[in-house]
Amino acid sequence: MTSIQDYVAVTGENVIDRLRQLARPLRGMKVVHVNSTYVGGGVAEILSKLVPLQKDLGLDVRWEVIRGEEAFFQVTKSFHNALQGIPVPLWDGVFKVYEETGAQNSEELRSILEEADIVIIHDPQPLPLLRSCPNRKGKWIWRCHIDLSHPYRPVWQYLRNYVMEYDASIFSLADFAQPLPHIQYLMPPSIDPLSDKNMDLTPEEVLAAKLQFGLDPDRLIMLQVSRFDRFKDPVGVIKSYRLVKAFAPSLQLVLAGGEATDDPEGAAVLAEVRKEAGTDKDIHVLLLPPDAHVTINALQRGADLVMQKSLKEGFGLTVTEALWKGKPVIGGDAGGIRLQIVNHHTGFLVKTPEGAALRARYLLRHPDKALEMGRIAKELVRQNFLLTRNLQEYLSILVALVYGDQERIELQLKSAP
Amino acid sequence: MCITANVEPFLVKDCALVTIATGKKAQNLKEMREHLLNIHLGSIYHHFWGGLLRPRFDDPEYNNDFAEWVHHALQDDILAERLSVIDPDPFVNLESLRQELLEVIEQRLDSIETVTWAKPDMQFHFVRSQMVVFDTHDKLEEPEELVQAVPKMSVGSIFYHFIDARRRSPEMMDDFRTWLRACGNDDLCSQVAEVDPYFGSLVELRGQLADLFAKHFFRGVTV
Repeated sequence: MTSIQDYVAVTGENVIDRLRQLARPLRGMKVVHVNSTYVGGGVAEILSKLVPLQKDLGLDVRWEVIRGEEAFFQVTKSFHNALQGIPVPLWDGVFKVYEETGAQNSEELRSILEEADIVIIHDPQPLPLLRSCPNRKGKWIWRCHIDLSHPYRPVWQYLRNYVMEYDASIFSLADFAQPLPHIQYLMPPSIDPLSDKNMDLTPEEVLAAKLQFGLDPDRLIMLQVSRFDRFKDPVGVIKSYRLVKAFAPSLQLVLAGGEATDDPEGAAVLAEVRKEAGTDKDIHVLLLPPDAHVTINALQRGADLVMQKSLKEGFGLTVTEALWKGKPVIGGDAGGIRLQIVNHHTGFLVKTPEGAALRARYLLRHPDKALEMGRIAKELVRQNFLLTRNLQEYLSILVALVYGDQERIELQLKSAP
Repeated sequence: MCITANVEPFLVKDCALVTIATGKKAQNLKEMREHLLNIHLGSIYHHFWGGLLRPRFDDPEYNNDFAEWVHHALQDDILAERLSVIDPDPFVNLESLRQELLEVIEQRLDSIETVTWAKPDMQFHFVRSQMVVFDTHDKLEEPEELVQAVPKMSVGSIFYHFIDARRRSPEMMDDFRTWLRACGNDDLCSQVAEVDPYFGSLVELRGQLADLFAKHFFRGVTV
């Protein structure tokens, strides 16, 4: 298990020292995170890292997971889609399933939750727990990891009634914030530099991944890692690739994404991508299992050009991952990508396949510039989007909640331990 | 303690910002004006100074978020330039800075025939911040110690002592000058006053201050 000290090598001693100072007034505080799964998905991935680190800093942290039948998770999956703007059918009894499962879970968790100083509820699945804890003594926060910028109104109106009873919410971007009667904190997501997806790899491991998928390691590689989703514009990436290939005939394209078992459109988009790729043997469409973290890491490190040509994007952690590996990214001018790609410094923001192709040719023609942009890109992530930064923001928010809504919170001076 | 002047030591503090959505957003200049009339003053502070705590890789084209948005989202470079030149430093408080912003925007609204709309995903989101201040347990007894201490300070410490201090001090002065003046070091105090906080990143500001202290205290000394 990683400890906070392990991050010194990545962030420097100062950052870790600040975390310890910030955590000092929170020592012993009972904090409970609640979500709906221990494994799979970004939330579980972040919590599996955050919780041990918060414990390591002296907080009394628990991570609880709610349980439910298949029908419950079908409901919450449809809620998830609806909150991201997809109109979903609301069949009879849908809200009853949601509420009953919430009540069942509260029986098991009530004593823990009511005793906690801070309860952090992740995403919509465990939202109803608050109502079942009338004797709660702590502050309750709803951490929304979803792009809530244009929610499907009937579902949001229903869930908002639960959210309104919380003491605070946390959203990833200002665009996702909603009119709510409580304070709404902003906290972008983060990547873990020590995880399989982001840890350093040897050149041999990178080479092995290329050979595994039949890529020629001596030729140029353009890469996009993303689900097969129209908003990620994989067909646009193929068009860009073709425009670049006219000037760089050795170019190979890799479109790597997870298997789309839970995405009804995924198969259709994948078929469109394969059709667009046609018989071009230099286009590699890879369907990877959900735990192929090291493979993705190796492909990102081995790529000469990294694309994330999304038309819409919540945050785009694949951009963060590539930037962390010192790769300038050519990304769609959308959503959270704009926070990460500082145009001409950490990559290029583009609106069309043509624009993406032009920038790709520029990077190939100016390898020194690409190298320099990559160096800045890594620094950008180090300063803004690493797990340690996320941890600092969590601690700051907890302090802010405890001390109240004053503009400047001066923590009590105590002598150094 | 600054022994020569019997002044309390300089306690080095650090800060972390918590960013808060106000829920207010503007898609055109009129909406911007309407929100500015009542927006939390902390939001005005955040949009003038918060940029210092965001990544910057060169001199920013415009010096505050309002000007930046007017340029990028509304493509009104005349107004962007006028907003950009507003220096928040001389204003006695944030309310007078708000009034200046409104004045410039209203002048522009009077002179244009149609209001330009930003694209839906280019709206201006009013954000504010809360600052959590904590002690680093470092304290400086004599001004000479600034030479060693400043280069090691975090950007949070630089923000707190050099930027945020202006809002805390009745004379709108940074903490370095306040302390140096109390220590009787008026000459150095004047030099610090010449460091413009409005251009460059916090890392650059730290470098400028470190150079200034080093030159002052090591003047004529071969290091």
